[in-house]
Amino acid sequence: MAFNYDKYLRVNKMPTLWCWGCGDGVILKSTIRAIEKMGWDMDTEVCVVSGIGCSGRFSSYVNCNTVHTTHGRTMAYATGIKLANPHINVIVVAGDGDSLAIGGNHTIHACRRNINLNFILINNFIYGLTNSQISPTTPQGMWCVSAQNGNIDPTFNAANLAIGAGATFVARETVNDPKKLEKMLVKGFEHKGYSFMEVLSNCHINLGRKNKMASAMENLSWIDSITVSKKKWDELPPEEQMNKLATGILREVVQPEYTDMYEEVIKAAQGKRGKITQADFAKKI
Amino acid sequence: MAREVIGNGNELAAEAAIDAGARFFSGYPITPSSEVMHVASDLLPEVGGKFIQMEDEIAGICAALGASMSGIKSFTATSGPGISLKAEQIGLGFIAEIPLVIVNVMRGGPSTGLPTRVSQADIGQAQYPTHGDYASITLCAGSLTECYTQTVRAFNLAEKYMSPVFILLDETIGHMHGKAVLPDLEEVEASIVHRATFDGAPADYKPYDVPMNKPAVLNPMFKGYKYHITGLHHGHEGFPTEDAIQCEFNIERLVGKINTVAAENDGLDDLPDYEEYMLDDAEVCIIAYGSIGLGAYEAVNKLREQGIKAGMFRPILLWPSPAKRIAQIGAKFKDKIFITELNMGQYSKEIERIIKRNDFTTLLKANGRPIAPAEMVAKVKEMM
Repeated sequence: MAFNYDKYLRVNKMPTLWCWGCGDGVILKSTIRAIEKMGWDMDTEVCVVSGIGCSGRFSSYVNCNTVHTTHGRTMAYATGIKLANPHINVIVVAGDGDSLAIGGNHTIHACRRNINLNFILINNFIYGLTNSQISPTTPQGMWCVSAQNGNIDPTFNAANLAIGAGATFVARETVNDPKKLEKMLVKGFEHKGYSFMEVLSNCHINLGRKNKMASAMENLSWIDSITVSKKKWDELPPEEQMNKLATGILREVVQPEYTDMYEEVIKAAQGKRGKITQADFAKKI
Repeated sequence: MAREVIGNGNELAAEAAIDAGARFFSGYPITPSSEVMHVASDLLPEVGGKFIQMEDEIAGICAALGASMSGIKSFTATSGPGISLKAEQIGLGFIAEIPLVIVNVMRGGPSTGLPTRVSQADIGQAQYPTHGDYASITLCAGSLTECYTQTVRAFNLAEKYMSPVFILLDETIGHMHGKAVLPDLEEVEASIVHRATFDGAPADYKPYDVPMNKPAVLNPMFKGYKYHITGLHHGHEGFPTEDAIQCEFNIERLVGKINTVAAENDGLDDLPDYEEYMLDDAEVCIIAYGSIGLGAYEAVNKLREQGIKAGMFRPILLWPSPAKRIAQIGAKFKDKIFITELNMGQYSKEIERIIKRNDFTTLLKANGRPIAPAEMVAKVKEMM
């Protein structure tokens, strides 16, 4: 039987605003399938928070309590929602410009805090909605409207940044393989702690057209050419590793989760003047 | 029975927030407001509330707005530079109609300015903190007791009008330590306002489908009422729209639900929007607010000792201003109005706007120092 997406979608908001062939739709569908696998109740257990950009519209299509925040601040709003409602499954969706440039600070601190947010970074290597300005992941040498002579800016490896900032679950997949993508999302949703899930997606309209990949297929093939599974990536010589992005689960460790730790703070405060020690948290692992 | 407590203004504001039902604080340290955060960190977990120190000022207000959207009363505290950073999010609070109390303990500006010194130069910023059209609600505490009572009031106004609300302290009031007489806790609890909710079928729920000059009805999240919150212009269900008629209605309603309602009802609630001290038989009216109001009481007393019948008008609700009463004062006292404030005349301009004259006398200071009663007395004597 075909999967019924309608239960999870605001069907009266269809069709989406996304361009024909955009990877965002693949991510939306994979996210919905992952939510179904988790068995979460859309009425009472899920919140989707998004930022500004093409990915910002993601939240308005999902049928639960949804928040479309300001540019770059998605993670900070989500942190408030999660801390105030620890039992809620919060999914955060933002693009590479939103979460790595203007909102970079919030992204690294959410990693550090290990608060149980499920962050889906839609990395399409460009500011798509605003007509092709360079983002922190736009490859050097590509043409963009704000890099008319070719981009010279070095890029972030977003997943490495998240690992460096202490994220306890870091994974990367592409829109080329929705099955793997769904599997990664389920793993991230199951993870107790902050999940940083980077999804490489296409923007053949505003990145591709001026960079010799004007069709969705060409853009997707390019994504395929720059990615390799984590297992294969590990076997590559260091100079080749630099040119490839590893896919799969890149880090998965268990550490005390922020809202759990806060419960300890509340408990300690009940006796008043109780103090929490590092040992209290160590016991919880 | 009233309570007597010892504390400073910042601490009393934080305690008031918790007594008013706040269960979430997020913010970022900044002088001279940090004690608000310190007390929140201490007291919130005790009542099962949440406290988080965020990575920057912007995140400080975002998390508080996020918590408030979900239905939890929330607050943040900062000073002028922090408000500048929070500006865009305050705008989301206005357009999406999210209640939030913002404590601003004013210091000298612009920029880093005078971090540890007193100022009242953020009152203009409180009126127009962010881009676009909206109306702001701003209260200003003029005593330690008011740091408590006006913070409680700020929460009630935020919930009633579904809007961010400023409570302004200045550095002097914030750091002034002493005895405050507070209303009994039962009395505070009896006064608490909760945001309105829709109790019908979830399928019929349209959070922004409200008449002109009425606030949105935002149900708590995760209880079956699924809706969308956005900083974009939105229609009745909260989804983005660019419809010209809808956008015009949105802005007129955002401004009208505060400014029109205040003008029609002579204020936003039943509490006093100003205090008058010995004004009935006065021949000269001193207008002052915040910590400068404290000095003005003494100036009134000293002037009366010297045979000059002085009185004071002290606004508490700064925005929207108590225009009706100010107009009466303008008509009664004519050019015998003396305005003193710690900025280059931000409130004087509002007085001028209301009374449509500028024949009043001012004593303004923007160097981080307070205005002593003796300075006020000398200036008033020059006028008479």
